[in-house]
Amino acid sequence: MQITVDLNLCESHGQCVFAAPEIFAFDDDDRLTYDAAPSDALREAADKAAAVCPVRAITVLAGS
Amino acid sequence: MTDPNRTDRRELVIVGASLAGLRAAQALRAERFTGTITVVGDEPRPPYDRPPLSKQLLTADARPTVPELPVPDGLDVRWQLGCAAVALAPDTRTLTLADGTTLTYDGLLIATGSTARRWPAPLPPHVLTLRGWDDTLVLRDALATARRLLVVGAGFLGGEVAAAARTRGLDVTLVEASAQPLQRALGTDAGAYVAALHRESGIDLRTSTTVEEFRTHDDGQLAGALLSDGSYHPADAAVLALGSLPATDWLTGSGLDAEGGVRCDPYLRALRPDGTPFTDVTVAGDAARAPHPLADHEPIVLGHWTNAVEQAATAARTLLHPDPPRPSPTVPSFWSDLHGAAIRSVGLPSRADAAEVIELDVIARKLEVVYHRRGRLVGALTAGRPGRLATHHRHLQQIVDAATRQAAAEAVQGN
Repeated sequence: MQITVDLNLCESHGQCVFAAPEIFAFDDDDRLTYDAAPSDALREAADKAAAVCPVRAITVLAGS
Repeated sequence: MTDPNRTDRRELVIVGASLAGLRAAQALRAERFTGTITVVGDEPRPPYDRPPLSKQLLTADARPTVPELPVPDGLDVRWQLGCAAVALAPDTRTLTLADGTTLTYDGLLIATGSTARRWPAPLPPHVLTLRGWDDTLVLRDALATARRLLVVGAGFLGGEVAAAARTRGLDVTLVEASAQPLQRALGTDAGAYVAALHRESGIDLRTSTTVEEFRTHDDGQLAGALLSDGSYHPADAAVLALGSLPATDWLTGSGLDAEGGVRCDPYLRALRPDGTPFTDVTVAGDAARAPHPLADHEPIVLGHWTNAVEQAATAARTLLHPDPPRPSPTVPSFWSDLHGAAIRSVGLPSRADAAEVIELDVIARKLEVVYHRRGRLVGALTAGRPGRLATHHRHLQQIVDAATRQAAAEAVQGN
């Protein structure tokens, strides 16, 4: 699975971090970091993160 | 894939074609529902997103285009738009629309959202409210020509409208009945922070003040307003931001407990006044009054974007899998953008009996306030501190999960 985040759209709502903390996090400088190629086992969490992003900045694609 | 608990419903109707209604339709298809989905909406346009209406879409450089929500290919929904639902007869599973059309259903999902609280008297022209796209267009036109704007109500909507008007260079008076903006929702310290943001931007914020009356010119146009502090404020336009109410009036007499939002159980099934659930009617979004673990399981209305998304998924699933249904224990959250401060909240700060300020910096647009109720964490509010917000959210989710497990165990013992 591949994940991309459009950081031009991101407004640091944190919803992806709430929904999928295995993939998304804020670093010590409050910047969003994420695993761009997480395990397919996390697909449901990744889809939820994309669905709850208020600015639709997250894209989840199959493949590696 | 077969599911022994799955119902054989074939005709589902969703009332409400905004965020919750659209996401409910998507959730039904994601659950592999192959029957008919009809979505009824009162506005004559496809689903669109509401948060931008009071934010970037009011600024001068924004293009006034509808912020449509993406409708996935293959959703296969019958849109019945531009015609509100006006009555429901759950015994015969019949929905009546404003044009007299009736629809029957096997399962119904109510997602009619909320409406703006009204002023209790007739209003002159150019005293506006903001709820839908048409309101946004009218307000944009007013902001483009007005020099002086009066905003009544310094909640998030009123604050965002006032802030957008300031970016256009208007003189803005913001009138708030409480001693601080958002005092009841967020407490005195956070309210003072928001007040400082407004005043720093040049907004004339009048707290502990109400509008006594609007005055008009001889031609009937708005002239200004007389305030409770005795002052008179000339204005070419005014916006009423008095809060929102669940749009559930149309369910009066239906047999649902719909006063102040449709009361529902943890699975979002609509309840009768005696507390028994309708197994074929669920509710999602601003129209739902559902029990929440952070509110001691009292039914509350959460008029938030993320709540609409999460409840839509639960209400759709309950409609397809009524036995056994699955509760939806999530942590409420909302946001607002005011004068460059990215305000974010998790939990239920309004339920707190104590608020602790960890950080408060108006100039740097930073804020962290933690809320407790009876010594237990119940919410948090930040600006510019998303990492801290995520930490508080994680703790709140643990509290919600524990309270949900406890309630489930007590329900089993009760039987």
